[in-house]
Amino acid sequence: MGIVFFEIALTFYFAATIIGIVDIFKGGKESSRLMLFITITGFATHSISIVFRYITAGQLPITSMHEASSFFAWCIVLIFFFLEHRYKIGIIGAFILPIVFILMLSSSIFPREISPLTPVLQSYWLPVHTFLAFLGNAAFAVACGIGTMYLLQEHYLKSKHLGELFKRLPSLQVLDEINYRLITIGFPLLTLAIITGALWAESAWGSYWRWDPKEVWSLITWFIYALVLHVRLTAGWRGKKAAILSIIGFLTILFTFFGVNLLLKSLHTFS
Amino acid sequence: MKILIIGLNHKTANVETREKLAFNGHKLEEGVFGLKKIPEVKEVAVLSTCNRVELYTCVSSTASAVENIKNFLSEFHNIQKTDFEKSLYIHTDTDAIKHILRVASSLDSMVVGEPQILGQLKDAFDFALSKKTTGVLLNKLMKKAISTAKRVRTETRIAENAVSISFAAVELAKKIFTDLSGKSFMLLGAGEMAELAARHLVNNGVTEVKVANRTYERGCELAKEFNGKAVRFEDFLNELVCTDIVICSTGAPTYVLHKEQMQKVMKERRHKPVFVIDISVPRNIDPEINKIDNIYLYDVDDLQGVVDTNMLERKKEAEKAEKIIDEEVEKFVKWMSSLDSVPTIVALRQKAEEIKLEEIEKFKNKFPEIDVEKMKAVEYMATAIINKLIHPPTVALKEDTDDRDELIAMIKKLYGINGDENEE
Repeated sequence: MGIVFFEIALTFYFAATIIGIVDIFKGGKESSRLMLFITITGFATHSISIVFRYITAGQLPITSMHEASSFFAWCIVLIFFFLEHRYKIGIIGAFILPIVFILMLSSSIFPREISPLTPVLQSYWLPVHTFLAFLGNAAFAVACGIGTMYLLQEHYLKSKHLGELFKRLPSLQVLDEINYRLITIGFPLLTLAIITGALWAESAWGSYWRWDPKEVWSLITWFIYALVLHVRLTAGWRGKKAAILSIIGFLTILFTFFGVNLLLKSLHTFS
Repeated sequence: MKILIIGLNHKTANVETREKLAFNGHKLEEGVFGLKKIPEVKEVAVLSTCNRVELYTCVSSTASAVENIKNFLSEFHNIQKTDFEKSLYIHTDTDAIKHILRVASSLDSMVVGEPQILGQLKDAFDFALSKKTTGVLLNKLMKKAISTAKRVRTETRIAENAVSISFAAVELAKKIFTDLSGKSFMLLGAGEMAELAARHLVNNGVTEVKVANRTYERGCELAKEFNGKAVRFEDFLNELVCTDIVICSTGAPTYVLHKEQMQKVMKERRHKPVFVIDISVPRNIDPEINKIDNIYLYDVDDLQGVVDTNMLERKKEAEKAEKIIDEEVEKFVKWMSSLDSVPTIVALRQKAEEIKLEEIEKFKNKFPEIDVEKMKAVEYMATAIINKLIHPPTVALKEDTDDRDELIAMIKKLYGINGDENEE
C-alpha cells in the first residue's frame, strides 16, 4: 500500500516539476499556485507512504537507498513549505522541485525490499543521527535552489538583459538573505549529525572517527559551509560568491549521498 | 436610442485646442446641463482631462445630434467650429462602445497602461450620476467600461513595467534591495534628470539623502529640498562607503569615479551591494566598475533600453487587452439588442390586457345578474388565460437568438401590434 502512495507522490512531484519548468519560461501567479497545490498533495501522499513503510519496517525508513532518497526528498519539500509560508515567492518551487523529483526518481529505481537491520544499526542513534543529517542536507539543497535563482537574477542585472523571468524572481537582497538563513540552519544540523555520528561510532565500533569515505566527504561538506559562513562574517563575502559556494556545497552533498554509497566502499553503504 | 461619442485627444488635437474645449471647474456642470438640453440628447456624461475631452451621449438621431453638439461646443467655449471640427472624432454604436472600453483600459492613452485615466473616467461617471444626466444605457456602458478596465488590469501585465527612465531606476533598485526604505542615497552632481530620478527614489521610501555638488551652495539648496545633507564634492568617495544608491550627473567631461576607487570603497563597505546610475553624457563613471561584484552600474542608454523593453512588453500586453475588449464589446452589444424586444413585450402585454378588459365588459353586459364574487372569479380566470397565452412569446422574445428581429416582426404581425406606438 505504501508503494502505491509513493508512486502517486512521484507522479505529483513530476507534474509539479513540469509546471515549475513551464513557470520559469512562461508562467505567472496562477501556475505558481497550481505548482504549490500539486506539491502539497504530493507531500501528503508521500508522508502517508513513509508512515506505511515505518509501520511495515518497524523503524524510521532510512536504511536503504530507496528509503533514504525518498526521505531526503521529503525533508526538502518540508523546508520548501516553511520557506513558501515565510516569504511567499511562488517561483522558488520551480528551482527546488527538480531536485525533489530527481531524488524521488532515483528512489524509485533502487530496490524496495525491506531488509532486517544489522546489529550495528539497531541503536537509538539511528533516527537521531540520520534525521539531523537529512534535515541539514535538505536545508542545503534548498539553499542550492536559491543560489541558482540568485545567480540568474544577478546575471540579468549585470548584463542588463531583463527578461520576463527577471520580473518574477525576487530581489537579490531577499535571495541572499534566504540563502544565508538556510545555511545557518543547515550548518548546526550537519554539525550535530557529525557529532551524534561520532558518538554512535564510538559506541558501535569503539572509535569516534574512522576516516570512512562518508565521514571524510561529510567533513569536506562541513568545511565548505563553514567557509561560507566564515568568509561572510569576516570578509563580507555575500551574494554571488555565497550563491556559488552553496551550489558547490550541495554538489558535494550529492556526491556524499550517491557517490559514496554507490562507488566507494564505506561503512555507511546502504544495503 | 443610439450611443454617440464625440471627442478629441492628444492624437487628434494640439494642446491649445484641447485647452479651449476643456470642461474645467464650474464649466463641467454648465456643460453637462447644456448638452442635456439639446433635443436629441437623452443621456450625457463628460470626460475632460489634459489629454482628452470626450462627450458620451445617448441620442435619438445621430446626424442632427452631431451638428447640434458641435454648435453647442462652439457657442459654449466661444470658439469657431472650423477651429476644432477637424480634430473631432465621432464614434457611434459598436465603435463607440469599443472606444470607451479602450479609453478606460488605457489603451488609447499617451502612455499605454497608465492608471490615471480609469480614475478620471470614474469621476466623470460619478459626476453625471450625481447630476442625473445619465440613464439606463450610459450607466450600463460606463459600468461596463470600468469593469473591463479592471479585467484588463488583472488579466494582463499592461501596467507592470516602468516606462520612464526614473521609474525604471526605481524598478531596478527594488530588484537589488527589495525595500528602499532605510537605504541611503547620494546625488552626485545636480542635473535636472538626476533630480527627477532622485525624487522618485525618495517617493519610494529612500530616507537618507546626500547631495555632493561641485558648487557646495547649490548642493545645500538641493539637499534642503530632499531633507538631506550636503557633502563637499572632494568627500564623496568617503561618503560612498555608506551609500547604497548613487545617481551621477555632474556634467564633467571625464570620469569622476574609477574602478580602483570603487574597489576600495567596496572593500570598506564589506561588499554590500551598490546601485549606481550614471545619467551624465559624456559618462562620469568608469563603465568597468560594473565588473566589480555587487555593483550594478546603469548609464542612460541602459535605462533607456529597460524602458524600451518594457514598452514592447506593454505592447504585447495591449494585444491581449484588445481581445478582452472585443469580448466585452460583444457582450454589451448583445445586451443592447436584448433591449429591442422590450417595447414589443410591453405592447403584447397591453394588447392582451385590452382584449381581456373588452371581453369582461361584454360578459358583464350579457349577464348583468351575475354577483360580484362570481365576477371576480371570471376576471381571475381571464387573467390566467392571457398570462398563459402570452408567456411563451414573451420568453421567446427575451431569449438571445440571432433571429430576434424576425421574431419581433412576426409577433407584431400575428398579434396585430403597431410597434411604433410603443417604442421610444
